[in-house]
Amino acid sequence: MAKVVVVTSGKGGVGKTTTTAAVGAALAQIGQKVVIVDFDVGLRNLDLVMGAERRVVYDLINVIQGIAKLQQALIRDKRVDTLALLPASQTRDKDALTEDGVRRVIAQLRQMFDWVICDSPAGIERGATLAMRFADIAVIVTNPEVSSVRDSDRIIGLLDAKTLKAERGERIDKHLLITRYDQTRATRGEMLGIDDVLEILAIPLLAIVPESEEVLRASNLGSPVTLSNSGSGAARAYFDAARRLMGEDIEMTVPSDKVGLFGKLFGRRAA
Amino acid sequence: MNFFNLFKRGGSAPVARDRLQILFAHERSAPSSPDLLTVLREEILTAVARHVEIEPAGVTVQMNRGNRISTLEVEIEIPNSVRSLSSQGRRKRPLLAAHRSA
Repeated sequence: MAKVVVVTSGKGGVGKTTTTAAVGAALAQIGQKVVIVDFDVGLRNLDLVMGAERRVVYDLINVIQGIAKLQQALIRDKRVDTLALLPASQTRDKDALTEDGVRRVIAQLRQMFDWVICDSPAGIERGATLAMRFADIAVIVTNPEVSSVRDSDRIIGLLDAKTLKAERGERIDKHLLITRYDQTRATRGEMLGIDDVLEILAIPLLAIVPESEEVLRASNLGSPVTLSNSGSGAARAYFDAARRLMGEDIEMTVPSDKVGLFGKLFGRRAA
Repeated sequence: MNFFNLFKRGGSAPVARDRLQILFAHERSAPSSPDLLTVLREEILTAVARHVEIEPAGVTVQMNRGNRISTLEVEIEIPNSVRSLSSQGRRKRPLLAAHRSA
């Protein structure tokens, strides 16, 4: 039975697209059939982060409007064959995204994949509410920073009110994924700690992704971090997140980039 | 930048946590059910107003949520010019503030 996941946050720039790409790829790398769907109509970026920007022909809106078939719009990943991307369009007309259209596309994707991962746009407008509308599971991406935590709280409220599951009186599964975490600064009391954020938001933790140079390197290369450097701290955190979504019980850690003595002496290799 | 701040870096995270907790105590109240703080504020105000004249604008009610205990902080401004309704005499009244835990 397919699971529909929305990756959301309220605030922009906290790592929704990075997380969608990395968790989607990680699930596919461990054998699951995965489609990642870009809901950021007008400002699509998932294609770029996935390195598929030159392969986009049709998009989500084209499928909804009946201009293209779903199969024509799906872009199969060249590195992991169980991974596919459904890009957003560049059109500025956000109204082209209709609830009925999204319902039909999600229902079709459920038949074809094990996981449908929806990359929500920032904000709490139509695009964001439609991205979460049909989700079974929500991954709330949060930076340990006041404005991000506040926006996450707003989004949690929306998830409990505006999703189909919530309206039916069912519970939407909510998971917190903390990104850009710096253990050293948190220990010094310069950054909100994991416990602080968990206490304030009161939802279960899916993973802690450390601040890592590898995330920028991955997006530069157009590759999810789990593929570009699977041993990096960020990648291991995303693999753990994927396994936890699969129901595995894994001890929570903050994986760090392993820098050997050589690396410390001579700096990181060039990307 | 204050010169002394150079030597006092770090430790801003607890401030962030406290600010968020105070903020959420206000923001999270569902619009359908009456806000706990609003109810408390109204009732405390009524109780105090029976004995002294107070300005509704001069009342602050705050909930501070801590790990083990939470505190309710009530601050009511009483203008020095007003007289107590129950007792005579004019004396300087301290701000009425609930116990505030560290």
